[in-house]
Amino acid sequence: MTTPRPSAPAPAGTSAGPSGPGGTPVTAGWRGVAAEQLDDVPGRVGLLLRARSRALLRQLLRPYRRQLWLAVVLVLAQNVTSLAGPLLVGVGIDRAVPALVRHDAVPLLLVVAAMAVSALLDGVLRQQFLVRVGTIGQDVLLELRRRMFAHFQRLSLAFHETYTSGRVISRLTSDLDSLHELLEAGLDGLITALLSVVTIGAILLWLDLPLAAVTLLSLPPLLWLSRWFRRESTSAYRWTREAVALVIVQLVETLGGLRAVQAFRREQRNDELFAELNTNYRRANERAWRLIALFVPAVKLLGNLTTAVVLVYGAYRVMDGAIPLGVLAAFLLYLRRFFEPLQDLSMFYNSYQSATAALEKLSGVLQEVPAVPEPVTATPLREPCGAVQLSNVSFCYRDGTVVLPGLDLTVPAGQTLALVGATGAGKSTVARLLARFYDPQHGSVRIDGVDLRELSDADLRRAVVVVTQENFLFAGTIADNIGFGRPDAPRAAIERAARAIGADEFIRALPDGYDTDVRRRGARLSAGQRQLVAFARAFLADPAVLILDEATSSLDVPSERLVQRALRTVLASRTAVIIAHRLSTVEIADRVLVLEDGRRYCSAGPGGSRSCTRHGGTHSDRPVRRPAGSLAGVPRRHPTPEPLQVNAVRVVLIGTVAWFLAFGVLVALLLVRGPAAEAGHRSWLWTSLAGWTLGLLGIFMAARARHRG
Amino acid sequence: MNSADSSPAGLAPAHRALSLWRLRPFVQPYLGHLTLMTTAALLATLAGAVLPLVTRQVIDGPIRHHDRGAVIPLGLLALGFGLVEAVLVFLRRWTMSASALRLESDLRQALYRHLQRMPISFHDHWQSGQVVARTISDLSQIRRFIGFGLIFMVVNSATFVIVGTMLIITDPPLGLLVLACSAPLAWIMYRFETGYRSRSRRVQEKQGDLATLVEESSGGMRTIKAFGRRDLVQDRFHDQATRLRDLELGKVRLLAMIWAIVESQPQLLLAAIMLAGSYPVVHGTITLGTLVAFVALFLLLVWPIESMGWLLATAQEASTATDRVFEVLDAEPAIVDRPHPMPLVRSTGLLRFHNVGFTYPGAARPVLHGINLTIEPGETLALVGSTGAGKTSLAMLVPRLYDVTSGRITLDRHDIRDIRLTDLRRQVGMAFEEPTLFSASVRENLTFGLAGATDDQVAEALEVAQAGFVHELPWGLATRVGEQGLTLSGGQRQRLALARAVLGRPPLVVLDDPLSALDVHTEARVERALRAVLAGTTGLVVAHRASTVLLADRVALLVDGTIAAVGSHHDLLAGDPVYRNLLSAEAELGAAS
Repeated sequence: MTTPRPSAPAPAGTSAGPSGPGGTPVTAGWRGVAAEQLDDVPGRVGLLLRARSRALLRQLLRPYRRQLWLAVVLVLAQNVTSLAGPLLVGVGIDRAVPALVRHDAVPLLLVVAAMAVSALLDGVLRQQFLVRVGTIGQDVLLELRRRMFAHFQRLSLAFHETYTSGRVISRLTSDLDSLHELLEAGLDGLITALLSVVTIGAILLWLDLPLAAVTLLSLPPLLWLSRWFRRESTSAYRWTREAVALVIVQLVETLGGLRAVQAFRREQRNDELFAELNTNYRRANERAWRLIALFVPAVKLLGNLTTAVVLVYGAYRVMDGAIPLGVLAAFLLYLRRFFEPLQDLSMFYNSYQSATAALEKLSGVLQEVPAVPEPVTATPLREPCGAVQLSNVSFCYRDGTVVLPGLDLTVPAGQTLALVGATGAGKSTVARLLARFYDPQHGSVRIDGVDLRELSDADLRRAVVVVTQENFLFAGTIADNIGFGRPDAPRAAIERAARAIGADEFIRALPDGYDTDVRRRGARLSAGQRQLVAFARAFLADPAVLILDEATSSLDVPSERLVQRALRTVLASRTAVIIAHRLSTVEIADRVLVLEDGRRYCSAGPGGSRSCTRHGGTHSDRPVRRPAGSLAGVPRRHPTPEPLQVNAVRVVLIGTVAWFLAFGVLVALLLVRGPAAEAGHRSWLWTSLAGWTLGLLGIFMAARARHRG
Repeated sequence: MNSADSSPAGLAPAHRALSLWRLRPFVQPYLGHLTLMTTAALLATLAGAVLPLVTRQVIDGPIRHHDRGAVIPLGLLALGFGLVEAVLVFLRRWTMSASALRLESDLRQALYRHLQRMPISFHDHWQSGQVVARTISDLSQIRRFIGFGLIFMVVNSATFVIVGTMLIITDPPLGLLVLACSAPLAWIMYRFETGYRSRSRRVQEKQGDLATLVEESSGGMRTIKAFGRRDLVQDRFHDQATRLRDLELGKVRLLAMIWAIVESQPQLLLAAIMLAGSYPVVHGTITLGTLVAFVALFLLLVWPIESMGWLLATAQEASTATDRVFEVLDAEPAIVDRPHPMPLVRSTGLLRFHNVGFTYPGAARPVLHGINLTIEPGETLALVGSTGAGKTSLAMLVPRLYDVTSGRITLDRHDIRDIRLTDLRRQVGMAFEEPTLFSASVRENLTFGLAGATDDQVAEALEVAQAGFVHELPWGLATRVGEQGLTLSGGQRQRLALARAVLGRPPLVVLDDPLSALDVHTEARVERALRAVLAGTTGLVVAHRASTVLLADRVALLVDGTIAAVGSHHDLLAGDPVYRNLLSAEAELGAAS
């Protein structure tokens, strides 16, 4: 039932929430209807990358320009050496064997020596080329990984809320892995193979024009076949990717929610659903495989056909004396190498395709401009007192729903303010504005009179810390997690923070106390315990302004009481904004502010002063709204990465020499094979042989020298 | 990630072959296919081998004797064999797409089936990511071996023997020379391959570590931003990514070495053949055509020799994968029906705990001990206790998500272990502390345990849980929620989970802190509706708040894994200081301030 359907082009993969009710439903039935998957790159990406991917690739490769040229030299040289083999066999048959009949063993020995040397050179050059290209590939991948990670960290929370963490994770894992796979699948090998197809084509043409013409007749059907295969497999592989994603989601969700599955006797139904998805995945795979099952033998057939024709036609030409027998032998040997790489293309296409799609998505993310950027020249904030001021702050979601129509709010340094109100009243928005997770559309948020937009990230985060309901614990020990609030804090300070917040007792009761790994089995903390750790973390950070966004809602009563007792002392010396919907939480506040339906808010201070104001705006209980995200903009500039430390000059030199030598030998051989193979030409051969040996020696020595250096 | 990675790679070859042998029942249905594929592969290789022989015939026959007429039949012969080869390759690949993929999906289905039926305690120590990685990558390794490796191990051995024999027949000294050189080559390739694969595994582990880091930095984005710890996280990531790169470079170097050998080794042998073959030609022992054919035949051998190492490594990997798959498949589901289970259509709802104790597998201390409780039909009991007192554990014993380790639980006076498992679980509607939604429609998520639920039943459940918001979703009840669908807020998810639990009014309702994520107004509305439902069924409600406790007729106070007191909320509040401490925070704080 989940048939693959090509998706309509997404708007350049830039950030956008689910297309909402207007989007096209993708699948129906038990899976339900959902907006289209945004990450599907439009079907017509094709073989060529789009401009932004190309630009990214260029930018990433720029530091390696010289090394890439070197790699090109190496691969050309290697190509020549690897193709010398069959040619030398031909020379051997046509020249050396007749010479041997005349009791002249020198040509044979020369040919054999040339074959041995070219074989060794071939191996060495190949190895050098692969190491070099592989290193460049891995370095570029590392750079891209780092860039992506850093960029995601820089992008605003608003971006992350629309983009969702699942997509962030797949960008940073599976997409980068598919680029890695492309390198793994032998991108370099393929380049070599394709290059040799071209070179072989040229050699065939040179060996014997009529025979080569026969061979080239196979090209049009070959091209047609490849085009057919490319077109078909594009949709086939898309289907497999979609199908495997569904299988994985079903698996992950079943295992993740196994309690519910078993409690509700869901196993039978799940078996059926999984069978459906599993079959779909199998069918998708089958389709892709059958395409290969057609393509590979078809190419093989073309190759065999051509070989048979060449055999017959070549035999006639030999009989006519148009070509020597050796040429025919060499020709037949080359034909094999001509068709084999083309068969490999099919294996490679899948990884190429997913890699280009991945690159598209990655370059799309890198184009995102952080919506909450750090100022270029920051106003320093040395000793923040914590006076907070919101003046005429308005904020609305991307869909235009106004959350804050123009809020004025002043919290003097040291005051504890409680914000209460129903879900959606805008309490959390205030918290997020104070922490500068978003910037307001109008008005300003200031701390000690400085607009948050003028503060460096370091200063801002030192001054303002927010504790949310989401009490995330990182892998590592409890102490590590508390220490996250102040990475340079000594153990004593960490324990002091935990004691102050009332978390010390339960932490000491854990198997390894403060050194308990939070991800280890048996050390799973309850929501309340995690929250206590998060509190200790915030306390350790010791900010001038502390924001508690529904921070106590998951605590049980005794823990909450502990926290509140601690808060009385903790908050005494600093500004605090407490957001809660339970009244118990706000007991410790100096002042309570009620935000209601975004329309009005009432303020009740300790002095009993009370004020109510009217504002416009609406509110209703709705599914999670997505606040304004960043829009696509100009590509960011990135710092150029450090170039690799390689003694490029020497290697280029050696590579060039090797290549010239190789080429020299080839030319020499060609001359030997030519009609005027006289004694004079033999000196050519000698010279180049000596050159080859020297070249080999040079490469070995260079390699050894580098090894020691 | 690597907690259970006692990789059996170091085991004896005999054992490895044995573990592959265990795939027998899965391979059985496709034996015919496999035979066909092997035969086709072998014949295709032989057909490919004919070409050099024809070439020799052309050179030694027509060309030597200038017999133009004899060329055409030979050409047709070459053509015919070329055609046969292509058709056979097609046959093998097409059959493979049918059988090997089926085998893989059969295995996947079996694994999924089994995993679903394993007790929760089994899953507590398998991280789900590990299991998923296993099902996807291990199975494709097995498929690759059965559909390709195994076949070519047979075919290449056969090719080696056949072509080798042909070489020896063509020219004994030359043939022996070539064969003598190939065994060490295959061995070298095998060593390189195994080295390469062990590196690949290390790379995969590192990739896993990196993925964990990514998940963490993405999940903890808010925390990272709140504390401004971007640099810290970035440094960690860079460090790990650089280590991954270094491992990769090791792989690249080894692979380059393999390629260098693959590239130069046949050429070197070719040179040797040239040298050793020319003299016999001159002395007339062999013809020129024989030499050419010999060279071509030798080229046919290159792939079987080189690939043997690779194939052996594939076999080794596949057997490791098989071991891991069977490690899961061999685990026995511990919570199953006893022989002759008792059917139960609809329980009255009398639930009793008789001296119940429970210890998590592998844990030293019991979570629960000496629990004695009776919940009368229609009664609702609230379970109150501090964090870690064992409330959730107790709740999960009722539908046998875990089995008691001592004592017994009875429903309608029957030990729940004697009741047919599906019947028992049908009696219990359950809502968990962490509401789990699946990537399916709202309706599918609601009718999770009652596939045939009527629209009225669904409407009633939605009403009880105050989950009317679902009608405002873009596609109403058909809207997909969960990981792949619309994101719902914590409160919305919780209300859906609650609706799921009360759907169809099961005789027994177990609710684990069902209202924690709701705001005050919604909570009040849900409580009102829930009260009506609980009036007619037996209920066990884990509660953290006084407001939730008030839903219950009686309250049981759980302290350190056992029942400390049972009574009404007001009695306990008045008479039990521990209880007061747990539930009357508001009052006390209010008094203090």
